[in-house]
Amino acid sequence: MGVLGDAWTWLTTGANWSGESGVGHRLGEHLYVSGVALALSCGIALPVALYLGHIRKGGALAVNLANVGRAVPVFAVLALFMVSPLRNAGYIPTITALVLFAVPPLLTNAYVGMTEVDRSVTEAARGMGMSGGQLFLRVELPLAYPLIMTGLRSAAVQVVATATIAAMVGQGGLGRIITAGFNTYDTAQVVAGALLVAVLALLVETVLVALDRLLSPLRRRRPA
Amino acid sequence: MAGQNCLVTNDWICGEYLRSRSQELTDATVQHIWITAVSVAIGVAVAFPLALLARRGRHFAGPVLGLTTVLYTVPSLAMFSLLLPLFGLSAALVVTGLVLYSLTILVRNILAGLEAVPEEAKEAAHGMGYGPARLLWEVELPLALPALMAGIRIATVSTIALTTVGSIVGRGGLGNLIEDALPSFFKAQVLAASVLCVLLAVVADLLLLGLQRLLTPWTRIRAAHGPAEAEAV
Repeated sequence: MGVLGDAWTWLTTGANWSGESGVGHRLGEHLYVSGVALALSCGIALPVALYLGHIRKGGALAVNLANVGRAVPVFAVLALFMVSPLRNAGYIPTITALVLFAVPPLLTNAYVGMTEVDRSVTEAARGMGMSGGQLFLRVELPLAYPLIMTGLRSAAVQVVATATIAAMVGQGGLGRIITAGFNTYDTAQVVAGALLVAVLALLVETVLVALDRLLSPLRRRRPA
Repeated sequence: MAGQNCLVTNDWICGEYLRSRSQELTDATVQHIWITAVSVAIGVAVAFPLALLARRGRHFAGPVLGLTTVLYTVPSLAMFSLLLPLFGLSAALVVTGLVLYSLTILVRNILAGLEAVPEEAKEAAHGMGYGPARLLWEVELPLALPALMAGIRIATVSTIALTTVGSIVGRGGLGNLIEDALPSFFKAQVLAASVLCVLLAVVADLLLLGLQRLLTPWTRIRAAHGPAEAEAV
């Protein structure tokens, strides 16, 4: 309880929230980097996965790309950027690294969601005279929706959580509160920073779950 | 002399580096492999009973899945730092953190695999007089094996990548080399360690895929004979 009490004291001290290395600024950096990375990842992964899933081709490519992406350590990518001229490019190294980490779950889930749509369903839709576009929008997308959202959720939580690693190479974000605490053996600050990121990630997850329920195309058709 | 020069000029690829520091690279790789292997092994050992517990009903599933999700959201950096008072600067600290991380993936995959076992198969086993233990070992587990192996593959690849973060306490395998190279912008070392790390993950993934094929020969027979429906007994 001692450490948690100290962490609470740290969190409720106003001075820790203001300034360049305060929680406010670090949280802003964290949200900005995570948001941009997630938006970029969706922009890259979803069109590719949905198209490949629609034509039911390139599955091996989609999954292998995802595996290679997952195998790349964020820390290593960040370190590579930091020893290259890119280290002066602001948030770009961090965002690029996070995109590499967020694309795999998005890509794989959306692709699997599309290809797991029962062939008899798509054949029935074609038999009813649906065009490729109609089939995609009105049959495949609604049926793949749950897995697409699962991918989005895991990508979002992963991005928010791993954006902290950017602190290990001196980039911004809430991780800096943890590394700063680590460097000064200030366990209270480390715990406080960890709690902040965990709460942020859980909030993101909760919001996405709520959004998922709200937007689900099958929601109204489920028996009450 | 040309070999020496690439260390001086700080090239990305440096043969002299690989030659002169091969022992350092080997040691880091070995540390990386055993930290990963121990973590995933303990992760499976812990995840399996948790998945069985979660399967018993909503009362257990909610807390188990919720707890592992919460653990997963704790940043690795903070996880390792938080465990510091308990373990000190030891590999046990990193292994514990990695185990906690792998639980999310493993519990969900094992649970999904067990829940995907067809009801008919379970009923048939019941009808043949199988008890719960025998049902689990001889019917459910084999049928859940592809999902379990998929979980182990994901957990292993993620663990290999996450191990690098253990360098914050000096037990990060190849991550240590990356961390050491950062202050001096030693490009060859960062690149070599990163490439080795990715190679390690790819090799581990392929080995586990091979293992999965060996353990589940029936999936190949089914694929070779066309639609699964036609082959299903």
